[in-house]
Amino acid sequence: MMNTSSLSQKRTPKSILRFAAPQMFYPLAGTLAPWCAGIAAVLTVIGLYIGFFVAPTDFQQGEVYRVIFIHVPAAWMSMLIYLAMAFWAAVGLVLNTRMSFIMTQALAPTGAMFCFLALWTGALWGKPTWGTYWVWDARLTSQLLLLFLYLGFMALTQAIEDQRRADRAGAIIALVGAVNVPIIYFSVQWWNTLHQGASVTPTGSSMASTMLAGMLVMAIASWAYTFAVVFWRVRSLILERERHTDWVGAEIDAQEGRS
Amino acid sequence: MMKWESWSAFWSMDGAALFVWGSYAVTALLIAVELVLVLRRRSDVVRRLARLRRAAPLANGGRRTSEEIFE
Repeated sequence: MMNTSSLSQKRTPKSILRFAAPQMFYPLAGTLAPWCAGIAAVLTVIGLYIGFFVAPTDFQQGEVYRVIFIHVPAAWMSMLIYLAMAFWAAVGLVLNTRMSFIMTQALAPTGAMFCFLALWTGALWGKPTWGTYWVWDARLTSQLLLLFLYLGFMALTQAIEDQRRADRAGAIIALVGAVNVPIIYFSVQWWNTLHQGASVTPTGSSMASTMLAGMLVMAIASWAYTFAVVFWRVRSLILERERHTDWVGAEIDAQEGRS
Repeated sequence: MMKWESWSAFWSMDGAALFVWGSYAVTALLIAVELVLVLRRRSDVVRRLARLRRAAPLANGGRRTSEEIFE
């Protein structure tokens, strides 16, 4: 009696780990992506409303500071996504799970986009406030290095034909490059930078509360956007990589019948 | 419109229009491009794999053929 119950428990794993299987994660990602996209859209509208119609004019910088509502969320996401890539790379190298390398692969383009946006909006913000689009200070230089790490990861994993070797080489870039993320974050403390220090730290904020609210709403919107796009990209990657399995065949037939 | 005297004041951003709207426009553009690329990749993959299945309808039997066409 006890034996049978433990057997049946084994047969139906309720653990969240079952989503480590591409076949299980594929439909989950498909269900979650539109919700994340919807949340991102709604929060973006709210965040932009707060940012442009509620938050006051900055007493020092005037209106140009409103770049902050994309600049800071983009910079945060560029660092967080890289750390997420490093995490999945480590999981993939240690446990050799298929989904983890797919996750690393799916995160990179969105991380690169946010990294570029952080640099672009930073340049446009720097010109009127510092008098220059670019300066080789520690914060800006390490952020530029992060963009090269993203591009290097994508170029390398696409250049290597053998999927397993591509995954491993990419995982090593992701892991080694992760050292750069704390350097970016703490650069404004460790070196004398033209870039200002953090306005928002785990212990508090030095901004007007409506400015902070607008920025945080935009940050959560960026999270939701990232989840949506990564889930969509993951689904294509799963189909490509699992194309020899029966379930992908059935899925393709179902998609064909629909169109 | 609690904050701005007029829409033209809003769009001019007190002289910082180029920097503020230059930031938002490029962000919107890149997000639009990324969404298009992600959705197009999906339809490309489905179409390519469907073609493979028609070329090698015997479930797993057509492994080598599909590999050739895919690469």
